[in-house]
Amino acid sequence: MRLLYFAWVRERIGTGEETVEPPEAVRTVADLAYWLKDRSPGHAEALMDLTKLRAAVDQRFVPLDSELDTAKEVAFFPPVTGG
Amino acid sequence: MIRVSVDHAPIDIGTEVAGIEETGAGAVASFTGIVRADDGVTGMELEHYPGMTEAALCDIAEQAMARWGLLSAVIVHRVGPMVPGDRVVFVATAAAHRREALDACAFLIDRLKTDAPFWKRETRGDTTSWVGARASDDQAAARWAGEGSPD
Repeated sequence: MRLLYFAWVRERIGTGEETVEPPEAVRTVADLAYWLKDRSPGHAEALMDLTKLRAAVDQRFVPLDSELDTAKEVAFFPPVTGG
Repeated sequence: MIRVSVDHAPIDIGTEVAGIEETGAGAVASFTGIVRADDGVTGMELEHYPGMTEAALCDIAEQAMARWGLLSAVIVHRVGPMVPGDRVVFVATAAAHRREALDACAFLIDRLKTDAPFWKRETRGDTTSWVGARASDDQAAARWAGEGSPD
């Protein structure tokens, strides 16, 4: 599974992209964020407060309680601020 | 016609407007967003999600085309480093009459703010900070929820 991070999530984790193979118990986007926190202090800091995070699965915005199913690409980022 | 562009290059409004006028519409409406120098802002950088951004903008444009029966919808968003006075975003619509063009233009910019993956980082002198999302933007986008064209 390809992971992408943007804005301050990317900065705190220290990379914009990584590949992981989460265990089967990781079923939702929120599960994935929780599981990723153990990877580094940067991950833990970036993913600590889920209320500040938004996500996309295969390039579509999704709620954090969405099932991952066959997701190939998951992105974590703060609320968007374009325009 | 739908035109969506996400680019580092400065936005050339003359070229964009000329392009949309060629459709032969009776009404063309546009909105330009410009970097403000509020609170000592000296620079602004726009990050985005390549691939998803273009798809999200196309989706917004397609919604506007269908809802207001537009002839054209254009969304041009600049990314990368900018300074106050630079154009960040340009949206335009072409329709037979002004009401459709004006309403659809407002829809494009309101939805772009909440439905497309862009992030702003402001620079003030030596410090940078990520811009937080605003509840007023969510409210502006939400007013377009529901079916049909507002009267």
